[in-house]
Amino acid sequence: MQLRAIATLAGAAALAACSAGGDARPQSVAEASAPTEPEQAPYPSTYKPYPGTPTALVGATVYDGAGGRIDNGTVLFADGKLVGVGGPDLAIPAGYTTIDAHGKFVTPGVIDIHSHLGVYPTPSVDAQSDGNEATDPTTPEVWAEHSVWPQDPGFTRALANGGVTSLEILPGSANLIGGRSVTLKNVPSRTVQGMKFPGAPYGMKMACGENPKRVYGGKGRMPSTRMGNFAVDRQTWLDAKAWKADPKRKRNLANETLAGVLDGEILVQNHCYRADEMAQVLDMADEMGYKVSAFHHAVEAYKIADLLREHDVCAAVWADWYGFKMEAYDGIPENAALIHNAGACVVIHSDDENGIQRLNQEAAKAQAAGKRIGIDIPDEQVVGWFTLNAAKAMGIDKLTGSLAAGKMADVVLWNGNPLSVYSRPEKVWVDGALLFDADNAKRRPVSDFELGQPGEGDVK
Amino acid sequence: MKRLALPFAALLLAVGATPAASQDFAITGATVATGDGSAPIENATVVVRGGKVVAVGSDIAVTMDMPTIDGRGKWVTPGIFALMTDLGLWDVSGVRESNDTSARGSSFGAALDVAPALVPESQNVAISRAGGVTRASVASFPSSQIFGGQGAVVDLGADADMVMRPRAFQFVTLGERGGAIAGGSRTAAFVTLKNALQEAQDLASKGGRHEDALLTRPDAAALLPVLRGEEPLYVHVERAAHIRSVLDLRKDYPKLRLVLVGASEGWLVASDIAAAGVPVIADSLDDLPVTFEQLAATQSNVGRMKRAGVKVALGGFAGMEQPRNAKQYAGNLVALSKLPRATGLSWGEAFAAITSVPAEIAGYGGKLGVLKPGAVGDVVIWDGDPLEVSSAPERVFIDGVEQPRDNHQTRLRDRYRDLDESDLPKAYDW
Repeated sequence: MQLRAIATLAGAAALAACSAGGDARPQSVAEASAPTEPEQAPYPSTYKPYPGTPTALVGATVYDGAGGRIDNGTVLFADGKLVGVGGPDLAIPAGYTTIDAHGKFVTPGVIDIHSHLGVYPTPSVDAQSDGNEATDPTTPEVWAEHSVWPQDPGFTRALANGGVTSLEILPGSANLIGGRSVTLKNVPSRTVQGMKFPGAPYGMKMACGENPKRVYGGKGRMPSTRMGNFAVDRQTWLDAKAWKADPKRKRNLANETLAGVLDGEILVQNHCYRADEMAQVLDMADEMGYKVSAFHHAVEAYKIADLLREHDVCAAVWADWYGFKMEAYDGIPENAALIHNAGACVVIHSDDENGIQRLNQEAAKAQAAGKRIGIDIPDEQVVGWFTLNAAKAMGIDKLTGSLAAGKMADVVLWNGNPLSVYSRPEKVWVDGALLFDADNAKRRPVSDFELGQPGEGDVK
Repeated sequence: MKRLALPFAALLLAVGATPAASQDFAITGATVATGDGSAPIENATVVVRGGKVVAVGSDIAVTMDMPTIDGRGKWVTPGIFALMTDLGLWDVSGVRESNDTSARGSSFGAALDVAPALVPESQNVAISRAGGVTRASVASFPSSQIFGGQGAVVDLGADADMVMRPRAFQFVTLGERGGAIAGGSRTAAFVTLKNALQEAQDLASKGGRHEDALLTRPDAAALLPVLRGEEPLYVHVERAAHIRSVLDLRKDYPKLRLVLVGASEGWLVASDIAAAGVPVIADSLDDLPVTFEQLAATQSNVGRMKRAGVKVALGGFAGMEQPRNAKQYAGNLVALSKLPRATGLSWGEAFAAITSVPAEIAGYGGKLGVLKPGAVGDVVIWDGDPLEVSSAPERVFIDGVEQPRDNHQTRLRDRYRDLDESDLPKAYDW
């Protein structure tokens, strides 16, 4: 029923879900290296953590995101930072508010490495369709943050239903090089700058396969084939390297982004489905001197899990999407478990305003599919698929993604095991500020768009 | 991977080389969910004989000659009944030539009929079957006309005989999409529908078709059983105001057997829907204002309609929404029952929303989607709570016939369980 399904069926073939994809990463540190860039990163984050109460979560099962599990655990945070994570004997300092979390679960805030919230917001009307600058096959000069609509109601659902505290907003996958991504804190804000994750590197979205060649082949221009995809990519890299080496260069937005990638300051998030194509991209990265941070969608990653491990590239995947386009035909539910089992890095991503509300469930499905073929991955490691591994591939793992003293207090208290369909976030803190509380009707963000509309402030 | 024997046998079955007979069997000691809305029964027995369920409960004696399956630690349920699917209509949904879900360039609308296009060997059928889906309705989705055409009720058995009932319902869209198709406004969608029903009426009247008829003769003819109430009219509509308008259609066409599809804002008009006795096939987890007609969408929609007395099933398992995930959608509604101010479903209600209630809406109440004496022997043995995301079927029976669970995905899984190519390339591992 969904309109969504109907529209897809009606022939939108490929853009269907996401077919788009890509990458993105946020900003901040990166630009210093490109000499022509302004010294100060433009459009800087203005986000400041909201006030919080020193809090002790006591008695929960704690999955720390880094593979650790503490039963009857204690999690302390204050002033926006995690202060301590331990067992029942961890002393609770004076002045802390204690929350009895027995029978409940605590994880780091959920992180989605692949979202189009804000750039393809709801309502999904043409006027707000800002995710693909589909007028040129390479647009490294565009920045997703300039498209993000901070009033997208999808952010609020991701927080309340999904426990999402950080997310990477990517341009779509119409282009071979879609532009810069932006990493956001999932905090409501009047401005995008007020959501930007302080200290997060930028990402750059790339796409291989069907989408770019279809979009541009359909316009009668290059690329119209997979070999065309690679030719355009390679020439673009060569031109960027030449620009970078030119002492008399003038500012050029596209090349500044590409130079940031070549300098290792901007992380490549590469939409790519097929195993053979990912292997070609790895060679292209070697040829041109850059690194792929993660392959997104990667439905065939299980066929080259060894290669991904050797190249230290994460695979960001759905649990079970398959068959919606030719390059997704070989998707299998065991993908994540097989990648993990080979020693490579798994990230569960959404690419979807609904899926982002259930990354924990998707991870649980993928875990169970592995278990049925004898790959038994403990819950505490699976939680890393939607927390620390995502942070790692986004370059923010030193700041968030796991429960460790000194990190940002991005924390979810779940009312049951997050790997169960029956569990939901009860409370969500971002930098120690309580931004969602299932027990307090008013501690739920309502976007400007939804004010005065039927269902305003509803549980959704 | 030495799993050659089983897949090979499964393939034979899949192409119909082995006409399978139904088995008589009993499953004992299992947690049994009958699908009728009740809570699961611990340590219960299900007996199937001659392709039918003959006994269900905790005090069932099993005769010595009856083959018995040890169900301890397992869950046993009726098969999932997935409504409004596209099963058997595509190989790769994005590859247009393999996709028969809608007929964009056709001159026909209401007359379109999915039955002859269905492919029981499609991977999406096999994958859904392995996921515990045993029955489904398959829709023809609107594209160039507001009428999608006539959907079918099917079984997912690994045999050539997929269609249980062709032309089981007509599908029309009257929301934003209907408006866009009809000429740019919902005003056009409603008048198009009314005109079509009138032309169907004309066809049956003495005067016959008028000269200014807009519909083709087959399209008008296809709407006659709808007008007469012999074939249900499934109406895709989301917004509260338009749901009321759809319900009002019965003032002019009292025999219409309406079923609402979508109804994201149904909870706002739940008492009207309940009073009209019109069932709803809903998207359980829609909670975003994807369009202006879904501003009030909430995951509590299904629960609130149910509390108001509406007959609600989950459906719309087409496109990216996989039928095998119907159980996850239902499980999420149970999760809501723990959330303050949300309205969810009990476990039994949620499971019924993907088994017995869909069967009732499809016209198979008491026969499908339920385990009780006389019901069809569609039985699934699960390795755990079927609504939990970690569970999966271990055995699937349709009409008492055990089904293969192999498919393209399981074959890839087995081939790539390791990446060892020291002797030969992977292409020889099959």
